[in-house]
Amino acid sequence: MTAQDLSPAPVLTTSDTPAKTVPAAPGRLARRLRENLVAYLFLLAGIVCFAAFSWYPIVRGVLLGFQQVTFAEPARWVGLDNFRRLFDDPLFLTAWRNTGYFTLLALVFGFAAPFLTAVVLNELRHGRAYLRMTVYLPVMLPPIVTMLLWRWFYDPGPGLFNNALEVFHLPAQQWLESENLAMVSLVLVSTWANMGTTTLIYLAALGGIPGELYEAAELDGASVRRRLWHVTLPQMRFILMITLLLQVIGTMQVFVEPFVLTGGGPDDATVTVLLLLYRYAFVYNDFGLASAMSTLLFVVLGLFSVVYLRLTRTKG
Amino acid sequence: MDGMHGFSRRQVLGSFVTGALALGLTACGGASTTSGVDKNGVVTVSVNGLPPKTQTVDRKNFEEDVAAFEKSHPKIKIDAREGLMDPKTFTAKLAGGQLEDVYYVYFTDPAGLIQRHQAADISKYIKDVPYAKDIDPSLQKVFTGADGKVYGLPTGNYSLGLVYNRALFTKAGLDPDKPPATWDEVRTAAKKISALGDGTVGYADYSKNNQGGWHLTSWIYSMGGDVATQDGTKWKAAFNSDAGHKTLQMLHEMRWTDNSMGTRQLLEIADVQKMMGAGKLGMYMAGPDNIPTIVKQFERKYDDYGLTALPGTATLGGGDGFMFNPKASPEKIRAGLTWVQWKYLRSPERDAVDSKRAKADGVPIGLPQPRLFAGATQAKIDEIRAQYANTPVGNYKPFIDRNSQVQTKVEPPNAQQIYTILDGVMQSVLTKKDADIDKLLADASKKVDAVLATVK
Repeated sequence: MTAQDLSPAPVLTTSDTPAKTVPAAPGRLARRLRENLVAYLFLLAGIVCFAAFSWYPIVRGVLLGFQQVTFAEPARWVGLDNFRRLFDDPLFLTAWRNTGYFTLLALVFGFAAPFLTAVVLNELRHGRAYLRMTVYLPVMLPPIVTMLLWRWFYDPGPGLFNNALEVFHLPAQQWLESENLAMVSLVLVSTWANMGTTTLIYLAALGGIPGELYEAAELDGASVRRRLWHVTLPQMRFILMITLLLQVIGTMQVFVEPFVLTGGGPDDATVTVLLLLYRYAFVYNDFGLASAMSTLLFVVLGLFSVVYLRLTRTKG
Repeated sequence: MDGMHGFSRRQVLGSFVTGALALGLTACGGASTTSGVDKNGVVTVSVNGLPPKTQTVDRKNFEEDVAAFEKSHPKIKIDAREGLMDPKTFTAKLAGGQLEDVYYVYFTDPAGLIQRHQAADISKYIKDVPYAKDIDPSLQKVFTGADGKVYGLPTGNYSLGLVYNRALFTKAGLDPDKPPATWDEVRTAAKKISALGDGTVGYADYSKNNQGGWHLTSWIYSMGGDVATQDGTKWKAAFNSDAGHKTLQMLHEMRWTDNSMGTRQLLEIADVQKMMGAGKLGMYMAGPDNIPTIVKQFERKYDDYGLTALPGTATLGGGDGFMFNPKASPEKIRAGLTWVQWKYLRSPERDAVDSKRAKADGVPIGLPQPRLFAGATQAKIDEIRAQYANTPVGNYKPFIDRNSQVQTKVEPPNAQQIYTILDGVMQSVLTKKDADIDKLLADASKKVDAVLATVK
């Protein structure tokens, strides 16, 4: 501690406060800049990278949503035309409905499965490391390999699942070819492929819960279910909230599964927002329409995040 | 804290503006055009179509061609690059100034590229191109805009027929030299082949990633129908017709009554080629170019496969060609046209040299297509190719004999959007036993009308 730290703060009178504060602001700013110059210089590279590869494309993307572009001639401003055309597309509502359905199913399977797996793994005394690795293994597979593997699982002829059903004398299923089953099948793939990371996060959070809490609960005679409800869940609330938010943002952008496995079929049952967006941009070459769709998705996800965080903060 | 927030915002905005300006300037730099002529009068023209290094023979031949061309045309330098038409990168390359001066396209691309002004008008240069006037007019039409101007040159073509496995035909008691000539005969043959069991599929078709719509268009053509018709300047959906009904009925019966189309659906070209390569498929709709792909990819023999024309009265045609960067200078366009003609629209003399080399390299000669030219020029080329043929040309006789009676039709306007809608129709018929054909056609027709209303 220096003498300067110990010196009393200057006493300001009411009359001299404005005179000192207003002209001092630029000086303070300059001082702050000087003091943090090195930090800003370190930040500069990051800011330039973000500006060039993140912010600029985002802003450009939003602008493209209001333009008709061919990239061979100057872009033409078309106001809200692209958005009007979006709403006129009969697949627009289908895509949002399907994406919402996928997200809902992904929450049912994809949110609960890793949590329960983590709780079970955390309770195990033996083989925990091996099982943890097994659960994480699918994350290490390239997505396309995962999709091709599951395409064989789902093959209605020699596929793994129908063969397994046959062993139990159950009827074979049209996993990807049936309008009712196709989306559920995609969610299963997605859950299997991605749950490893979430499970590890939950395991880490579970490891961080103080043992005394469980001991105290046990002494009070709490059952396993009550310990899970009254100790585990409240202690993991923050992690669960964040993973839920990230999961909704992630699953709303589902693309690889329908692109590789179903192409949006059967009968448009698995056309998702991103798949439609991909078609607009790369099949129909309509970048204005694709950008309008991506802007809309950005706004929806942004609004959802704000409302979700606001609601959960209020409840907290 | 407020002051700190305000400062951060300004800083971020400043950084953003700097970044945006920098990128804007970069983009402007990329878009600038030059004539591409150096001080010695040599024009450098960038072209794609260079085969990847994994295709050793094709690459070697291409590089030899570049060297030979540059030797005979000392004022033109070819900057050859890998890659063909990839819609995923095309626009980004164009926007970033990275698109080649001469770029490869499939027949499905020119209509959209012309409409979006993403190809240069080459009308005034084409009269100087040798053999251009001999090109089959129906193929040149693909590269001609509604304004009558020419925007590219075709270099390959095909019409969809039926590729079939001759061994499976024999095994099923069918004569591989007399393949089906009507859809009823296709249905009967498919039933017999699928009855062989062990996962054998009689007939397979696509229903994913717009390929279902593409093939359904050809089915409807073959049944005597159309997908879209023009009334004055307006286009209308035309497949909710007798031909459309017959097509869907036939597909539905083959899939659900005969069980001759296998249980796995939502297939695309790679899946079906794999089934054919594995010897598990009797027939599928394809152009002649599919045969070398299957033979090469799955190490099969040309003798295993036969080719016949599509049943019915018409089929869908396709092919490839080259178009020109809208930002390319006249010098580059002239040089590019010289290259395309020399390399792809060969004179009969050069075709003889090429065929001889191809035979020595084991590159297939003798497939019935491409046939780019009309009249005497094509007749001469046919003679040369027959002389050097290294594929079992007899296996393609059913195609050659009947294909001239089958009209080759082009794609409807806004083809990709229409194919997306027809994909859904194909999927419904092949995945729903209780598919309501009338409703499917009526619903799809309404959607296609909306797509066609935007055709200019």
